[in-house]
Amino acid sequence: MIILFSVFLLALLVITALAIVRSESLFTAVILSGIFSLLMAANFFLLDAADVALTEAAIGAGISTVLFLGALALTGEQERSGSTSRLLALGVVTVTTLIVIYATFDKPRLGDPDAPVHQHVGPWYLEKTPELIDIPNAVTAVLASFRGYDTLGEVFVVFTAGIGVLFLLSAGIARRPEDVPPADKPGQGLRHYLVPRVVGRMLIPFIFLFGLYVQFHGDYGPGGGFQAGAIVAAAVILYALLEGEGEALRALPMHVLKWLVAGGALLYGAVGVAGMLLGSNFLDYSVLASDPIAGQHIGIILIELGVGITVTGVLLCVFHAFAARGKV
Amino acid sequence: MAMVIDILSWILLTAGGVFVFIGGLGALRMPNLYTRMHAASLTDTMAAVLIIGGIMLQAGLSLATIKLAAILLFLLLTSPTASNALASAAILSGLQPKEGKVEPREQQE
Repeated sequence: MIILFSVFLLALLVITALAIVRSESLFTAVILSGIFSLLMAANFFLLDAADVALTEAAIGAGISTVLFLGALALTGEQERSGSTSRLLALGVVTVTTLIVIYATFDKPRLGDPDAPVHQHVGPWYLEKTPELIDIPNAVTAVLASFRGYDTLGEVFVVFTAGIGVLFLLSAGIARRPEDVPPADKPGQGLRHYLVPRVVGRMLIPFIFLFGLYVQFHGDYGPGGGFQAGAIVAAAVILYALLEGEGEALRALPMHVLKWLVAGGALLYGAVGVAGMLLGSNFLDYSVLASDPIAGQHIGIILIELGVGITVTGVLLCVFHAFAARGKV
Repeated sequence: MAMVIDILSWILLTAGGVFVFIGGLGALRMPNLYTRMHAASLTDTMAAVLIIGGIMLQAGLSLATIKLAAILLFLLLTSPTASNALASAAILSGLQPKEGKVEPREQQE
């Protein structure tokens, strides 16, 4: 039955991808790529990867669609007729596809217990998580504690990406609420549309609440800083869409956002250094409390918080940087 | 009793599936945006209520049912709002329904 669902979803993925390539209107392509991400999230969920599915749904289908639309507002809605050779592109894609298909011949069957990925460190993590870290969600244990270095690297990738976008669209850096045109003009927010505004206002607190739940429930179920950061950023972007960008900047000014971007990454690093100062290795949380397992819990909560803060800050900075640009 | 609940839940799920199908058919075959939205809104509301109701019966009295109820509540709040925003945007961009003229309302306080 699962196989049937998977084939159905994968077929839909291929159809969506073809539709994205075929569509001339960039607006349609953006919406279709949101659908693509949502289908991908469903696929991940079928493969029991609930954490990844949540990330894909929040970031792929949610935030990146909004950012793409922000970019579209700066450019045109129609694709320019291609000047590059289509035959060359077709050749490259065909060769790559053949290589990938050839590579799948060596791939173990889906769910095969003898597959290399289930023979390497995976079993050790699953076996030691209850003993060393004692949280129900092994994904969070691996992500935040066993492989804390990797996640630190990811946070710095997000951090660097945010800085890069701010440099490229540098108009956003000096963005103050006064720079935004006044909100009583049409086109600024949805102030004049009663229904979206009332419902949106009603939903924003619940979106924040859900963001906090995902943030702090990551030890027990799917979730964590990356997903929570995207959800919180989505709530603020919704506020900006409803009330105008100026109001959102008044609530969370750009200098606060920049502190969030740096602060989250710094918090993560500081937890690592605290471990060193207490006489253990970088990012070893066991020494943060007298009981090693309690120390692990504290460390995981803190670094997840750092991840969430940085992701929220970066996404909102990028959103404001896009919104700050006039039409090119 | 369990049998009755199971049958009831499958009736709800099947009916929901039928409504999704009709909604999809309407979204494909209706002549313009407003009629298509009318068809698609069937999926948002009626089908969502039926399907989530069916799953709630399957889940029984548990935390999952409460989560499903919350999802249903938010779906019933957001889907009509999205439809409203879509129709407003269509009117604002100058798309007229087949019969009757609609003036864009810019200052709808």
